[in-house]
Amino acid sequence: MKNFDFSRLNPIIVPLIAGGLGLLVGALMLLALGANPLEAYAAMMQGAFGSTNSLANTMVKACPLLFVGVGTCIAYRCGVINIGGEGQLVIGALFATAVALTFQDAPAWFLVPAGLFAGFVGGAFWGGIAGVLKVKFNVNEVLSTIMLNSIAGFIMTFLLTGVLIDPTTADKAIKIPQTQRLPAASDLWRWVPTSFHGGILLGVVIAALIYVLLWRTTIGYRIRAVGFNPKAARYAGIAVQRYQLLAFLLSGALAGLGGAVELYGVTPHRLFSEGGTISFTSNAGFNGIVAALFGSLHPLGTIPASFLFGALLVGANSLQRTVQVPSAFVITLDGLIVVFVVASQIWAQKRSVKRVDEARASVVKAETT
Amino acid sequence: MISDLFSLNVLIGILTSGVRLATSYLYAAIGETFGQISGVLNLGVEGIMLVSAYAGYIVVLKTEDPWLGLLAAILVGMVMGVATAFISVTLKADQGISGIGVYLFGLGFSDLLFRVTVKSPQILKGFGDVAIPVLSDLPVIGHIFFNHNILVYGAFLLVPVAWFVLNRTTFGLKIRAVGQNPEAADSLGISVARMRYATLMIGGGLSGVAGASLSIALLNMFQQNITAGQGFIAVALVYFGAWKPYRVMLGCLLFSMVNALQLWIQTLGIPIPSDIALMMPYVLTIVALVFAARSVVTQPAALTKPFERGE
Repeated sequence: MKNFDFSRLNPIIVPLIAGGLGLLVGALMLLALGANPLEAYAAMMQGAFGSTNSLANTMVKACPLLFVGVGTCIAYRCGVINIGGEGQLVIGALFATAVALTFQDAPAWFLVPAGLFAGFVGGAFWGGIAGVLKVKFNVNEVLSTIMLNSIAGFIMTFLLTGVLIDPTTADKAIKIPQTQRLPAASDLWRWVPTSFHGGILLGVVIAALIYVLLWRTTIGYRIRAVGFNPKAARYAGIAVQRYQLLAFLLSGALAGLGGAVELYGVTPHRLFSEGGTISFTSNAGFNGIVAALFGSLHPLGTIPASFLFGALLVGANSLQRTVQVPSAFVITLDGLIVVFVVASQIWAQKRSVKRVDEARASVVKAETT
Repeated sequence: MISDLFSLNVLIGILTSGVRLATSYLYAAIGETFGQISGVLNLGVEGIMLVSAYAGYIVVLKTEDPWLGLLAAILVGMVMGVATAFISVTLKADQGISGIGVYLFGLGFSDLLFRVTVKSPQILKGFGDVAIPVLSDLPVIGHIFFNHNILVYGAFLLVPVAWFVLNRTTFGLKIRAVGQNPEAADSLGISVARMRYATLMIGGGLSGVAGASLSIALLNMFQQNITAGQGFIAVALVYFGAWKPYRVMLGCLLFSMVNALQLWIQTLGIPIPSDIALMMPYVLTIVALVFAARSVVTQPAALTKPFERGE
């Protein structure tokens, strides 16, 4: 038997080390803030994994990351960058809200699938805008998706203080931008008394489906071909722009579905806003991208990666409560870990690059001899 | 009322605020122009602006010297610029996502420091308005252009300086070379990495001034997310301005005028929902990008592509 090639583990180990380094910098900050980092990170572990409840919370937090992350895998494999997860989550949730509030008396068997489908469509719509802007108008998708995130936040606040506002508070002088509690029939199945909901299982199934789509179907093959080498793909007769648009529609749709799942699955079962998208998404639109990178841009790898990232976020929240540092610490730590994980990709991918180089070298050798 | 918008006083008011509000966009966008021309898309501008805005604010709060505050903001911006260069040039990380990381870090870190050190919002005395002699006495124009704080003048002076550096100096030529054809530049002995570190440091320092222009000149205070997306818009304005300082300036003015108009609409009580008014700059950015992409300008060929030296 050949020796096991340890560099094979790089895509798993490197992000873990990077995340650990991020936590270390966070520990230094905690020291500077006068908190005990050991106590803080013990609270973090306890909060993320300490009990059945906290494990369930971790999975609930991981759920939107998984949806966004799997969508990110599709976009990346097709060579386009979708940073619009924030906006797509929100628009998906808005569509699902509209369905739940329109069919208030509908039974669960209708309301849940209809609402989730609406979220899927809403996300596809919002992702599709960026896709059309890219393929038809040649607008850089990084910029357009960032702008669309902000626009989605304003649309949400506008609707939540307007037509979608909770009717019981609509007459008050200061309008609280939130809807009424959605009808109970729209709630996803929940494993009481924990917060674990059916949307998490749906996310895992979707991840598996997208894996099949990308690696076992012709469409998936073409999506990856476009991402691998658009010129060669075009030469091979693949309509590159059509597949780029498809990638945007799909990755947006999954984020939108994630938004609908978050809305229907998690208490308070209502949409609310404090101005931007972040109050509803908690940056899941960005963190999901990092979860995908953590998972080597593979839908199945994104499942454990989202779980780990969810643990980090749940843990950071309980850390913040236990050692009493301002909640801004959680966002800071989040940013640090994003930077560290993204920056570490060079080591995670080194092996595959090397392998491609070796393959190239052997081809050249074969051709010259 | 809508008709109020068209009176001369309101018009002068809008134009004056427009010139004033262009300041932060200008510093950030001109700084970003350097980075992008050298081939690096720095999406972390917003985060750098936030931390620098805080740095400037806290130093002025403690020392009451706006110049020291400005210096602190520039230094913080340059340090974060170097960090960005390390991430995207040395480690060749994806520039889109690492920029988002820098943004999240800046968003959280500036707020964290503010809550720990200052706690409740305090207004401070930053750069005051300096009326330029003679010119400021001109009717209408004097008020619109020549009665601002020093950072406003600096922002507009920066534009010709940046144009000169980029187009008429060897340094500028090297910046464009590494952004257009890094392989060729490398073979001529220009260090691609060193040039990109330099442009990101310049961009970081200018983002620092942009942040400070909010916290110690325009608003004279700090609050969470004080930049409110301006850094991201600045990045887009560089595309809109086709990597030319004068066109970038036009974009900045267009934006700041829309911002000013939106502020005046709210001040005059014209019934447009505030969320819709706030949304307009972002919609306008997308429209502007569509038009910018249509005109036949090519972006720096190596933009967002890390340089891999062939062996």
